[in-house]
Amino acid sequence: MSLTMIKKPETSNRTIPNTSKNIVFDTDDLNLWYGDTHALKNINLSINEKEVTAIIGPSGCGKSTFIKTLNRMVEMVPSVRTSGDIKYNEKSILEKSFRVEELRTRVGMVFQKPNPFPKSIYENVAYGPKIHGIRNKKVLDEIVEKSLRDAFIWDEVKDRLKENAYGLSGGQQQRLCIARTLAIEPDVLLMDEPTSALDPISTLKVEELVQKLKEDYSIVIVTHNMQQAARISDQTAFFLNGEVVEFDETEKLFSNPSDQRTEDYITGRFG
Amino acid sequence: MVRENFEDKLQVLKEQVLKMSETVKASLSKSLIALEQQNVQQAQEVINGDKEINAIEDDINDQAVWLIAKEQPVAKDLRRLVITLKVTNDIERIGDLAVNIAKSVERIENDQLPEEEKQQILTNASVVEKMIDLVEEAYIKEDVEKAFEIGRIDDQVDHQHGDSIEKLLMYMTQHPNEITAITQLAFISRYLERAADHVTNIAEGIIYLVKGKHVDLNA
Repeated sequence: MSLTMIKKPETSNRTIPNTSKNIVFDTDDLNLWYGDTHALKNINLSINEKEVTAIIGPSGCGKSTFIKTLNRMVEMVPSVRTSGDIKYNEKSILEKSFRVEELRTRVGMVFQKPNPFPKSIYENVAYGPKIHGIRNKKVLDEIVEKSLRDAFIWDEVKDRLKENAYGLSGGQQQRLCIARTLAIEPDVLLMDEPTSALDPISTLKVEELVQKLKEDYSIVIVTHNMQQAARISDQTAFFLNGEVVEFDETEKLFSNPSDQRTEDYITGRFG
Repeated sequence: MVRENFEDKLQVLKEQVLKMSETVKASLSKSLIALEQQNVQQAQEVINGDKEINAIEDDINDQAVWLIAKEQPVAKDLRRLVITLKVTNDIERIGDLAVNIAKSVERIENDQLPEEEKQQILTNASVVEKMIDLVEEAYIKEDVEKAFEIGRIDDQVDHQHGDSIEKLLMYMTQHPNEITAITQLAFISRYLERAADHVTNIAEGIIYLVKGKHVDLNA
């Protein structure tokens, strides 16, 4: 099914973006329903280019739903409908004319649980470029090496590229999945709790990777780990019951939030 | 309520900070009585009591550092623990200044002091003691208005200290034989003025705790 777009006249909870940065995603009174359940309410968020934007909030607050609207993955759920608008590089992605395949090429996604294909390490990374028509072995080799290097995993796997990806540790699998996403050269990386299944060292490696990747990519990361959001993100949005309670620079939000509900959540008083 | 245990620990820490403040206040009072009565034995008690104050500070700081490591606080919780470390440092410094006053009293011993100037310093000292009472209230209630009031009172203490020093200098020129004792009295006035500055620092800490903003009340 496809998403329908109904432009709403009123605008609420608008957060003025940092104007010195280009905006890669801009939502305008975005509402989303799963059947009768109102899962996102008047979301007005601007995602800055080449920054890390963290989405935090208790379970069921709409964080994952929100990032899945950014690559329209949410429309795989039956009974979803939306109103409002999402602009990606100033184009409305909810328009029927917007090609979802193109969107998902530009907006990659990494999930909570590492999900490599049951193939070799090499094939995992080469898979996307091959689908996009690249057949030249030399070009594919270069893409695989660059992607694995960019995902900080090259040194660990360069001598075992033909081995099955399932033989890697969880942390390595997750970085392989990031490499797989990078191989098709997206603009944006959506990360849905990418370290929640990883050990502390693997988590720190992914965090360092995120810091490095923001030089070239715009990153939106959903995390339950508050310290992680504080460490790696530039902007943080706090979601509660489908609404954005507060959206601000990460340092401000974690040191002196404006809204008491944010303070209560980040200090662990609820959630 | 989530984090009840953490809340309890923060409350215990707050009570210990207040206990430390009360101990220091008593020490300062005793040093001033020692000055008023020129009682060397009382002064010695103040000097001996300083170890206990330092031990309380170390104990509170250890607990605060452990809570930071264990609870990974953010926002107001983090500010609360950070100002605990700073506030105990200021309280401890007030304790040191009480010791300095006591040491000056020992040096003055039974030398004669000009009564009017001495009383002026003791009057200024009672203002400093009131500032400590006020800062304790502000700390308990997290009262920003009271914290700002402390900044205003500090200005009066500074002014009185300046006035005392002028009078003491004048007295010295007229009584050169008493310079040693008068110098110690001038030091005491200076110690009190410094103590008021530390109280003001605590008030700034309270404002930072509540508002998350830095202010300079000593400006």
